[in-house]
Amino acid sequence: MKNIRSQISMVFHLDKCIGCHTCSIACKNIWTDRKGAEYMWWNNVETKPGTGYPSKWENQDAYKGGWEKNGDSLELKGAGKLKGLKTLFHNTHMPTMDNYYEPWNYQYSKLLDSPEMDDQPTAEAVSMITGEKMTPKSGPNWDDDLSGSPIYARNDVNMKDLSPSEKETMFQLERMVMFYLPRICNHCLNPACVAACPSGAFYKRGEDGIVLVNQKQCRGWRMCITACPHKKVYYNWNTGKSEKCILCYPRLETGQVPACMHSCVGRIRYLGVMLYDADRIKEIASCEEKDLLKKQLEIYLDPNDPEVIAAAKACGIADSTIDSAQKSPVWKYVKEWGIALPLHPEFRTLPNLFYVMPLLPAMAQINDDNNYHTASSALWDDMKNPRLPLKYLASIFSAGDVNIVGKILEKLMTVRLHRRAVTVGDLNQNEVNTAMLASGLTPEQADGIYRLTSLARLEERFVIPPAHREEAIEMIEETHIHKGNTGFGFMDRPKRGL
Amino acid sequence: MVGFSPIPAMSMMSFAAGSRFLQLFGGVNLSFYDWYCDLPNSFPEIWGEQTDVAESADWYNSKFVAVMGANLGMTRTPDVHFFAESRHNGTKTVVFSPDFNMVSKYADQWIPVHAGQDGAFWMAVTHVILKEAHFEQKIPYFIEYTKKYTDAPFLVELNKEGENYVPGRLLRANSIEKYKASENGDWKFLNIDEKTGEFICPPGSSGHRWQEKKGSWNLQYNDGETGKEYNPLLSLIEQKDEVLQVEFIHFEQNKKVKRGVPVKYLQTKNGKIAFTTVYDLMMAQHGVSRGLDGDYPAGYEDANSAYTPAWQEIYTGISSGTVIQFTREWYKTAKATNGKCSVIIGAGINHWYHSNLIYRSATMSLILTGCIGVNGGGMNHYVGQEKLAPFDSWGAIMSGKDWKIPVRFQQTPIWHYIHSDQWRYDGNQADYNAVPKNDFSSQHSADLIAKSVRNGWMPFFPQYNKNSFDIAAEAKKSGATGNKGIQDYIIDKLKTGELKYSVNQPDNEENFPRVWYIWRGNALLSSAKGHEYFLKHYLGTHHNEIADEVAKEFVKEIEWKEDAPEGKMDLVVDLNFRMDTSALYSDIVLPAASWYEKADLNSTDMHSFIHPLSAAIPPVWESKTDWEIFREIARVTSEVAKEHLPEPMLDIVNMPIAHDSPGEISQPEIKDWFTGECEAIPGKTMHNIVTVERDYTQIYNKYISLGDNVRNGLGAHGISFPCEDYYDQLLQNTQHVNTIDGKKYPSIKEDVKAIDAVLLLSSLTNGKLSERAFENAEKNTGMDLSKLRPQNNDFSITYKDLQAQPRRLLNSPLWSGTVENGRAYSAFTMNTEYLIPWRTLTGRQHMYLDHQGYIAFGENLPTYKPSPRPELYGDLRKSVKEGRAKLFNVLTPHGKWHIHSTYGDTLRMLTLSRGMEPCWLNEKDAEALGVKDNDWVGSAKRQRGLLYPCLCEFANSSGHLHHLPRTRTNLFCAKIAQPRK
Repeated sequence: MKNIRSQISMVFHLDKCIGCHTCSIACKNIWTDRKGAEYMWWNNVETKPGTGYPSKWENQDAYKGGWEKNGDSLELKGAGKLKGLKTLFHNTHMPTMDNYYEPWNYQYSKLLDSPEMDDQPTAEAVSMITGEKMTPKSGPNWDDDLSGSPIYARNDVNMKDLSPSEKETMFQLERMVMFYLPRICNHCLNPACVAACPSGAFYKRGEDGIVLVNQKQCRGWRMCITACPHKKVYYNWNTGKSEKCILCYPRLETGQVPACMHSCVGRIRYLGVMLYDADRIKEIASCEEKDLLKKQLEIYLDPNDPEVIAAAKACGIADSTIDSAQKSPVWKYVKEWGIALPLHPEFRTLPNLFYVMPLLPAMAQINDDNNYHTASSALWDDMKNPRLPLKYLASIFSAGDVNIVGKILEKLMTVRLHRRAVTVGDLNQNEVNTAMLASGLTPEQADGIYRLTSLARLEERFVIPPAHREEAIEMIEETHIHKGNTGFGFMDRPKRGL
Repeated sequence: MVGFSPIPAMSMMSFAAGSRFLQLFGGVNLSFYDWYCDLPNSFPEIWGEQTDVAESADWYNSKFVAVMGANLGMTRTPDVHFFAESRHNGTKTVVFSPDFNMVSKYADQWIPVHAGQDGAFWMAVTHVILKEAHFEQKIPYFIEYTKKYTDAPFLVELNKEGENYVPGRLLRANSIEKYKASENGDWKFLNIDEKTGEFICPPGSSGHRWQEKKGSWNLQYNDGETGKEYNPLLSLIEQKDEVLQVEFIHFEQNKKVKRGVPVKYLQTKNGKIAFTTVYDLMMAQHGVSRGLDGDYPAGYEDANSAYTPAWQEIYTGISSGTVIQFTREWYKTAKATNGKCSVIIGAGINHWYHSNLIYRSATMSLILTGCIGVNGGGMNHYVGQEKLAPFDSWGAIMSGKDWKIPVRFQQTPIWHYIHSDQWRYDGNQADYNAVPKNDFSSQHSADLIAKSVRNGWMPFFPQYNKNSFDIAAEAKKSGATGNKGIQDYIIDKLKTGELKYSVNQPDNEENFPRVWYIWRGNALLSSAKGHEYFLKHYLGTHHNEIADEVAKEFVKEIEWKEDAPEGKMDLVVDLNFRMDTSALYSDIVLPAASWYEKADLNSTDMHSFIHPLSAAIPPVWESKTDWEIFREIARVTSEVAKEHLPEPMLDIVNMPIAHDSPGEISQPEIKDWFTGECEAIPGKTMHNIVTVERDYTQIYNKYISLGDNVRNGLGAHGISFPCEDYYDQLLQNTQHVNTIDGKKYPSIKEDVKAIDAVLLLSSLTNGKLSERAFENAEKNTGMDLSKLRPQNNDFSITYKDLQAQPRRLLNSPLWSGTVENGRAYSAFTMNTEYLIPWRTLTGRQHMYLDHQGYIAFGENLPTYKPSPRPELYGDLRKSVKEGRAKLFNVLTPHGKWHIHSTYGDTLRMLTLSRGMEPCWLNEKDAEALGVKDNDWVGSAKRQRGLLYPCLCEFANSSGHLHHLPRTRTNLFCAKIAQPRK
């Protein structure tokens, strides 16, 4: 453990997500309400099954995002040193306007200026790119709540492991299912965007791992757009530069929660520091696909382990950051309880946003007499036959490992059984105990999961490490001089980062 | 002159601005809650309350939640986290919805019940509860609760109709010798004492509420007349004189069945009366035989006999096994937690046919398992946003009651039905509605409305076919003196036919509504039910109305004119900050300040706080706050009045008989004075007739000043409290005092001053007034309510305080939930914990509706009625059914991000949807119609006025059922539409 770093990481609790898109609005209003950024949604929410935004972004056969294993080594799927040079002037795998959508607005003035007509006036849609009249045919959330499912949901890339009959049954009324997947930049440990940038404009901040684009250095090659397998880097057609989620670092640096998380109506978001061993990145990112998930989870170090603490201090990590890591809700969800998984670990970017699985209603059947039947002998379904096929969830969150996904659902149900036993007491306690044993949870852990899921207040959900801005300031000027300039910002980028 | 503004609780001062002006002027306010079909009729039916529900934080306390017709993720977005969080604390959740929607994802069980058939499911649930939990297991908590808090032990007369017995009216206390002389004896009722078998008269009935001697309006087990302790007998099954076969109607099969009911007999001067208890009728109605003979179901699997689990399968498409499992988990949870099962219910049910019956059926399952008036329990209806928490003080300012004027408040559904001439296109209601055939149930709705107006059940404006000023002047001229003299004059003229009710001649020019103010809402198209009729008959503009006029052969009361008038309205004035459809159709649009440009107050039933709205920026360009706009209109009106109406005018106001007033116990039977069935007594057998002097030169002065009628106290819901000292306190602020005719009044010229007056004078926000309100409630009930009084009676707040932080409301007897020590508000906990009666006939929760009208419609007991067949009514008779067209049921007009909000109209939300509110179709239906995703389809109902094309999507989820575009704020649907050729 020679190279310990701190990373601000996140957990999104999918069982709690409402699909209200308030996060998207908060982000959009603050960061991308500008010319050239109209189509960008640094934060978006997708209905799953569905094709998402940009359409079918997960299909790397088409978009060539992320990394691929090449022997013992690792290379970018679509760009990279040699490949990138070849395609420098003809970057073929980028999403186009059709894959995102053409942003539009309305001719509101028509409502005021219209002459008297036979019918009431209407404000027609106009393109925000061309200014021409248009009929919107796609958008950043076109398949909301399974709308247009024959076109979108049925073509979800993650159903690739399902047999045709399994696929078909997913769309029968009694098996109908959906959940929401909110997405932002994963601020990966092994970011493909950083690696792909020919101009060195991308960097990962040393102190908290936030991935940023230097707007002065970006030359608009757009290799990052292809390289990011999550399609969370966007090209601004007005400035000619790439842009992406900055995890609201100006807010974080002043102790405020990122806007998407602060506004989260469902209270599904958690943020905290994780300590990791940066020397293991290459080894882990290039391991066999079946080991990827397990290995990624190994990279995070126990912030309560005295050895880790000593090593972290030696690496210059502030005491306050270590203290934050010890209180991190992300640590609890990801490592202590093991109920949150990263998005598409097989893209090999080692993402830092983890998701708690959605439970969803018990499976039902249509009886011979054509009636819908959802009765079972137990109060709750035991998750042996979940409504959402495990293979589908595993395709999104565990590189195909259905066991780990199943185990998480079992743990979540066990928490509920335990809390039912505590608050109502109408269950057979032996059965509850058996379930606890099988899930591997102690009553204390179950209570902890319940507390953080149901009762945690803002300061427990978001444990933000103090920024130590003095360290950044002193790199540029004397801190006492800076005091008088506070509020005017830095004139130059501080020399830090990877 | 009428005004319409919806959802007063959201920016209540802006609402009050227009209504205060209108009422001072003598104009009419149109209601919104019932017009939007948001009012759950079952609430007044069961609890005597418009709506009273748990705040969303209390969902977390529930251990079993059933959600129906409410898509919480979509329509209660800020609150649904409580629901999700409750699950992780061991709560079971079941969602009933025909489509897999946003809230279904939180369900443990998703039950895709056929649209509008939830009532059948719940009738079967009640069947299983009554059979297993009540009859077989006699679970003590349920039995005790049912005895104490419901009308179940009350005695019902059985009437002989031909050969058969049918349930009739509740047995009145004064029908037996013991209570013959009792005051309000028609409004007191009977139980039987379990121990002695004697009749007793339970306290807490409406008769006790309004009698001279106060203190016996409570739910104690002491006879309301003698004070003797008793324990009510729930069922006569052990003490019966006989078992009679009583007839029950099963509307879904259009058949009558006879089921044995245990009865006892009572000798009266009118002969021998058979009676039973409500509980026994409930058992029989729900098909629980208890070993009695009759057409009872053979068992749960008996599909032919209502209301078994197998019976409901036919209507709901849900297996009986699912019902049985659901019910057992339900009552076992209620048993283990003393009532922590709840129903969350919404517009998906309330906007459906027979919504009150569906609500009542679910409520029976709640009541019979003791889940009402309990934290974590409750019938939690969230449709609209109706809770005006500080109703006492706000109500006075909103209505001009501070100036002691009678109000003209109009029930909107009947008003539009009559004035927009929709009645002309409507047939006999019994033709499309399952009712027992009798004179009362088989008539044209418009005729029943006319009867309801003259008998004082409903208001209707204009009142007469003659100007009220002229009537008053002529009455005086003819020698009539005083209120009584004018009343007699009017009744005489009505009887001779010289004067007519406007409601009887809606198409005569003198009865047209002329001026319409619209503010804070989108009344045309969006809130208009029957937009094409509004366009035609109100506005006289282009419309696509195609229905036939069919009423002529049915109406008897309403005068039929061959040519229906078009363009009744002269002037439509809209206050708005958007160019919405109402603005587009208005004559004058006054630019109004938006939510973030003004000071205002909000309250809601979703939580127990009062919130401010603050001006983040001043109103842009020329716009003004609603408070300022109506103040200016009042000022100019007073200016102009100096020339046109310089002298005070005597006005006559017809007022219907109101709930929560002594008048509510004035008509034990339906009798029509007009046909000579009874004497015409204003305020008793007919509406009241009151006079008021209006000085139009003083309207502005009154608008900006708080009238001194406040000195006489404030209150609501039958509660009143003195507040003269606080009125004087307002006068101390000499910078904000107006002088009218040498007398000083607190100024409410500025909106913030009006807000401060609301906060100072309400029992919800002023600790001392809360205390006084409870003192008043103690007098009425005779109960010790001291624990409910605020711990800190010094508590008071101002607008500035609220701007710093929203504040939690205080306990007040105006409402029924207790909120002390951070406890979540749950409706009716005061009733169950402090034995305060519900404001109903018996003071208990009503399973049985003792009303001749309900009996005539076959709805005295909870029942199931099938949906009317759409081909039978309205313009659907003429709608295209051929070619690429198909008849659908509209599931809900509510869509994502625009529930009573303009939010859905922002570019952001339109971008995250499909640029407009799309039409959701099932994949198979779309295929049959030959339409694909992203195609445009026309919808030809309610939007016929526009017939705009709209976007089509396939949601596999909805099976055979369908969403249609939201019809509320169609702004963008309309906007995107190409102008039609």
